[in-house]
Amino acid sequence: MAIAELSISNILDSKIPDGPIQDKWDKCKFDLKLVNPSNKRKFNIIVVGTGLAGGAAAATLGELGYNVKSFCIQDSPRRAHSIAAQGGINAAKNYPNDGDSIWRLFYDTVKGGDFRSREANVYRLAQVSNNIIDQCTAQGVPFAREYGGFLMNRSFGGAQVSRTFYCRGQTGQQLLLGAYQSLMRQVSAGKVNIYSRREMLDVIIIDGKARGIITRNLVTGEFETHTADAVVLATGGYGNAWYLSTNGNGSNVTAAWRCHKKGAFFANPCFTQIHPTCIPRSGDYQSKLTLMSESLRNDGRVWVPKREDDNRPAKDIPDNERDYYLERRYPSFGNLAPRDIASRAAKLECDKGHGVNDTGQAVYLDFRDAIARDGEDVIRSKYGNLFHMYKKITGDDPYHVPMQIYPAVHYTMGGLWVDYHLQTTIPGLYALGEANFSDHGANRLGASALMQGLADGYFVIPYTIGDHLARHSFEKISEDHDACKEAMENVKGRVNKIMSIGGNRTPNQFHKELGGILWDYAGMERTKAGLETAIEKVQGLRSEFWEDLKIVGKNEELNQVLEKAGRVADYMEFAELIATDALNREESCGGHFRAEHQTADNEAMRHDDEFAYVAAWEFNGVGEKPSLHKEQLEFENVPLATRSYK
Amino acid sequence: MSHATINLTLKIWRQPNAETKGRFEEYKLEGVSTHASFLEMLDILNDELIEKGEEPVAFDHDCREGVCGMCGMMINGQAHGPDNETTTCQLHMRRFQHNDKITIEPWRATAFPVVKDLVVDRTAFDRIITAGGYVSVNTGNAPDANAIPIPRKDQQKAMDAASCIGCGACVAACKNASAMLFTSAKVSQLALLPHGKSERSERVLKMVAKMDEEQFGSCTNTGECEAACPAGISLDNIARMNREYLKATLCSNES
Repeated sequence: MAIAELSISNILDSKIPDGPIQDKWDKCKFDLKLVNPSNKRKFNIIVVGTGLAGGAAAATLGELGYNVKSFCIQDSPRRAHSIAAQGGINAAKNYPNDGDSIWRLFYDTVKGGDFRSREANVYRLAQVSNNIIDQCTAQGVPFAREYGGFLMNRSFGGAQVSRTFYCRGQTGQQLLLGAYQSLMRQVSAGKVNIYSRREMLDVIIIDGKARGIITRNLVTGEFETHTADAVVLATGGYGNAWYLSTNGNGSNVTAAWRCHKKGAFFANPCFTQIHPTCIPRSGDYQSKLTLMSESLRNDGRVWVPKREDDNRPAKDIPDNERDYYLERRYPSFGNLAPRDIASRAAKLECDKGHGVNDTGQAVYLDFRDAIARDGEDVIRSKYGNLFHMYKKITGDDPYHVPMQIYPAVHYTMGGLWVDYHLQTTIPGLYALGEANFSDHGANRLGASALMQGLADGYFVIPYTIGDHLARHSFEKISEDHDACKEAMENVKGRVNKIMSIGGNRTPNQFHKELGGILWDYAGMERTKAGLETAIEKVQGLRSEFWEDLKIVGKNEELNQVLEKAGRVADYMEFAELIATDALNREESCGGHFRAEHQTADNEAMRHDDEFAYVAAWEFNGVGEKPSLHKEQLEFENVPLATRSYK
Repeated sequence: MSHATINLTLKIWRQPNAETKGRFEEYKLEGVSTHASFLEMLDILNDELIEKGEEPVAFDHDCREGVCGMCGMMINGQAHGPDNETTTCQLHMRRFQHNDKITIEPWRATAFPVVKDLVVDRTAFDRIITAGGYVSVNTGNAPDANAIPIPRKDQQKAMDAASCIGCGACVAACKNASAMLFTSAKVSQLALLPHGKSERSERVLKMVAKMDEEQFGSCTNTGECEAACPAGISLDNIARMNREYLKATLCSNES
């Protein structure tokens, strides 16, 4: 598809308030219409997803007095994948007295996002970051403390101050359980009903407004209509489109994609973060990749054998036959080169045949020299838990043999387009957390995902959703409404179609193949020709999927094959949009690296004159060209500049 | 990492739904890489079953990195299998031998009815938390996070207790199917922290009452739960909950 054929417009209204950036959120909150406390109980709100964003939103909306229905695909709202976040959560508290401020957190986040995020949203994120720490502490989240009993901070990538709060290596777990407990408190108060093991399969739109969802009960297979006055989507990211990622196996794009097909624009789908230090694939059976903290690169040296296909054990390869390629190519940053550079460099070495392990898709991260220099005890005190986890998964002991690492898809910065109120292009449909696009631009900084999920859920949506409810009238709707019936038929039709194919290949096999295409052509390094190939291959695979898919069992039961097939069917459509967006963005920025757009020394080359915009895509039908809508990004407070690693 | 493969005989509990009686079925699986995780081994079996047109084995799983608490099964009679402090998803096949026979069952407890095959209903845990496993603080009410210092040792103990992943292995391992370890972990965490203190008496009474109502059994302090726990939750928490309970019944205004 030639991009020139795309229809392009600038119709998006981001609803960013006027005035200085420090005052925008206050002005917005004052201008928002309020729902009287006694009227709140007359409104019903659906929240899909129970991670940090969804759990926080459902709990807070319940506290305010709304009637909330909360949905999750897992057996309990406590399982959402936010739980796996390790490192920490940023806030501009400046407790260490080291020069942090709301302005600095805002500045670092805009710059870290390679100038492709919206300034106003990021400033608000930095503003409410401090409230999050207060709130979570009051809930009983056991953040790390100094001996005097005061909160402790640590440093993280992309910042020169210590602003990261943490709970050992389980910060996501503790924040999620805090939100979950607040949610269960509202269940106890009768304000929230939990619908677990339910999958949202469509959104119901009446008079242009989102008024409900269709779900499948994953235990009985029953299709259910749930009506409401507004729908909040907090369904996470789409990293599993690549098959292997650090995401939980259940994470998927289905809810967001079904909304996209009903009119919600999808923004910047090509912005994906690929994290350099993950435990590599060990074989074809692999179902997920596990992240190893980036901090390991402080002491570990990354290398590959100089000789191609060198099968000797690492210890038998002498120093002069090792290529410490990061130190060689980036002498000033060495092993601490930024994530995107380190990831691409590893791929390049493996593509050239220098990769290690049975798959050839791994590089060494070696602690031999650090142990010789500092002693095993020092290394153990810094990284003991990570070494232990590595050994549990791989069976290798990193004190004696080098770790093997490889980059993996980790987080998706793109998502449904939302305005400053977090409302999508469908009125009454909101998107929070990783499911939206707004705060991280083309690259997310560490410890910012937890901050954004909770900011959206605790401190933004509870204000902005009231404005929608107060400004519109909501006629009572029943399940017999034509729009409900149509959405129901649509969902049933798709499931029936999937059930009736009768082919030979399992959903997992198709997913693996699709992930391979995306990884090869829309992974760490992208080219025009490669992306065009990807689109062609995805289209071909999608046709095969609808002819050769094999399902067993029936709809009217717990059927994990059917669940998986439905999600893979959506990835088959969505993958084409990822490639289309990557093809359109003729520049390199953050996690999006187009080989055609790099400097002589392989640095990313942004083109601000042409591409300082959000690419928001409108669905025109499967296999049809989507329409591109541009939201121009203005950088009035953080001047556009080139990120330099030299 | 060298690759060895092993052949296995799997004896797996199959049960179509809660209403139908279950039974064991045997499956042969060949050429399993010892580097595969236990769940990946089941993935391989399932893809083979689907290709043969047979129903795959249903099991719960999500993060596959040991923290979401969704996976869990009895493996040769041990909750989450033979490794200490290891969830089923983090157990790897190198722990098994060529030609091993592995028996795989769901959690067995009255309070955790089987949904299908190895999938059980653990919503009783959610109801125990709903009974009082929280601090009643609305969003926006919180004082500055440093307003109340928390001694580091209390924070550390609270964190130890808060690490519970809610998988249910403690219940499955207990001969009485008691939920004391799970419940006490949350009671302990919140009793140790200043923010949780105002509701501590009410909390422990309500959570223990709910635990009994959900038909979890009594605790006889045999410690199977602690041995099976993949998150290292200590029996100390049960002792602490017992103290909290005693204080709440004898020395508080709660009735």
